[in-house]
Amino acid sequence: MSGIDLQDPPTPPSPAPGAGRTKRVVTEVPSVVDRRFNAITMGAGISVLVLLLLVGAFLLIQSSDAISQTGILRFLTRTEWRTDVQPPAIGVLGLLTGTVLVAVVAVLFAVPLSVFCALAITEYSTARRRKWLIGVVDLLAAVPSLLFGLWGFLYLSDKMIPISTWLSQNLGFIPFFHTEKNASLTGSIFIAGVVVALMVLPIITSVTREVFSQTPPGEKEAALALGGTRWGMIRSVVLPYGRGGIIGGSMLGLGRALGETIAVALLLPQVPQRIGDSIHILQNGGATVSGFIANRAGADAFTVSGLMAAGLVLFIITLATNMIASVVVARSRSGAGVDL
Amino acid sequence: MTDIHERALPMTETLVAESPAVGRATIIGGPPPGAATLEARGACAWFGDRLVLEGVDLVMPAGQVTALIGPSGCGKSTFLRLLNRMHELIPGAALDGEILLDGTDIYATGTRAQQVRMRIGMVFQKPNPFPAMSIRENVLAGLKLARLKCDEKDDLVEQSLIRAGLWKEVRDRLDSAGGALSGGQQQRLCIARSLAVQPNVLLMDEPCSALDPTSTRRVEETIDELRGEVTVVIVTHNMQQANRVSDICAFFLAAENQPGAVVEQGPTRKMFENPDDPRTLDYVEGRFG
Repeated sequence: MSGIDLQDPPTPPSPAPGAGRTKRVVTEVPSVVDRRFNAITMGAGISVLVLLLLVGAFLLIQSSDAISQTGILRFLTRTEWRTDVQPPAIGVLGLLTGTVLVAVVAVLFAVPLSVFCALAITEYSTARRRKWLIGVVDLLAAVPSLLFGLWGFLYLSDKMIPISTWLSQNLGFIPFFHTEKNASLTGSIFIAGVVVALMVLPIITSVTREVFSQTPPGEKEAALALGGTRWGMIRSVVLPYGRGGIIGGSMLGLGRALGETIAVALLLPQVPQRIGDSIHILQNGGATVSGFIANRAGADAFTVSGLMAAGLVLFIITLATNMIASVVVARSRSGAGVDL
Repeated sequence: MTDIHERALPMTETLVAESPAVGRATIIGGPPPGAATLEARGACAWFGDRLVLEGVDLVMPAGQVTALIGPSGCGKSTFLRLLNRMHELIPGAALDGEILLDGTDIYATGTRAQQVRMRIGMVFQKPNPFPAMSIRENVLAGLKLARLKCDEKDDLVEQSLIRAGLWKEVRDRLDSAGGALSGGQQQRLCIARSLAVQPNVLLMDEPCSALDPTSTRRVEETIDELRGEVTVVIVTHNMQQANRVSDICAFFLAAENQPGAVVEQGPTRKMFENPDDPRTLDYVEGRFG
């Protein structure tokens, strides 16, 4: 008993906080203007989604013939594209290989160029030169891709031969850089990639520029006030801040590069890469999905259906790339204001 | 002078109490040791065609704390940014006059802004640690940026954080992000970052205006502890703060549509107790501004 006496008397159980209370429902009646505007904007948003679904459905329906005859697995893993044999043997892998190679070469060239271009605009320019440079880069985006293709085909191809030769002679031990004896060095994946790099440069530059320009001025000043050079400030503040933007912008560029059509249709011989054959990016050869479709459109019904199936694969891949890109950009600290 | 020594005493006590590490890590290629005298002669500043500051003559003695006070828009911050060449970063900014660091003009031809800023550090109004870096990396950021070498980096981090009064709070999590600290801690981290380069002068632009009273007190203690080792120039809107921390005080004022100028300057006690100019008395007693 005495032990109990020493302790505090048991407190009566207090009611849990908030017991007996209910949350009031707050209703808000939007005005007519708001409701109409809401409907219009929602309608526009949904129509984009519907359009995307319609494109996917169209491709799926159109390609059903080819896919059902070939089998989806065979279509995805076969590299040949032969419609002259019975039954026709078509597959998308050879085309995909070329597509990815061209896109990767393009992004490898375009990303460093774009990042330095964006830095020149945001960090090293006066207000007037900044406006001028932004205009020039935007102008590059406005050049029709056919012109890039023609320029690459008629001019750049020949000029690139010494570079390709040097690369194959000095770096030929790297698998992709090897060339066969007497092989033509024009019409290669390398050259197509360089041309496509110029075409994706504006998008990557504009995304990274946008992100760089949002770097908190306080952090930049802090770096300079510590005795940093401008480049040191860029390395320790601007680039880390813009990392998400660089990655996201590069992936957006990759998405563009994967779908690039006219230039690669002109530049590459559009012969699908065959599995088992080694890949030579420096010599004549290669095909991409979009370039191949552009070259073969207007063929017999079965070929068209096969092309649709190839298109569907490209559609899914670019969609996935772009979605990942937008997630990366949005997740980065600096994502706000990036135009997708 | 006597009251300076009285105030300087607690510094050594705290240093000894907090840290067994006596002395200072050596930085190769860093600023020369000790505090330096900063002197403005006929300093003027423009933004575009607008003259915002005219004819400031002010000596900021080595190892002492100089407070710049005055209402908003009178050119205090502009003057402060003249002192370590941050002013010139603003497009259209121009200046006249001389800023002498131990007798040498920091704007002399051939003097690099980076060299000047390494010797004259700056703490900003809004805490601006590098959020992608850890606490440790933040403290060492200045070394990397100014390309200085230090063989005793751990000692330097500890010493800098002790001097900024932050060591005890972060000693166990030096590798966590600097951006995760509270506002007051972030500001002290920024002070530690500036001190790690071992500058001769530290400029502070309203360092406590975004902080709560407790953090403000910690920063003021830090300033007090720096006395004698580093020349401190602080812009503040808080009269009590100016009175508490400074040895010298300069009162800036700008008449309407006129450039800012120093109305009166002198020892802080005189400035607060019996200034020569009636406007100074009005301001320090809170009657206007």
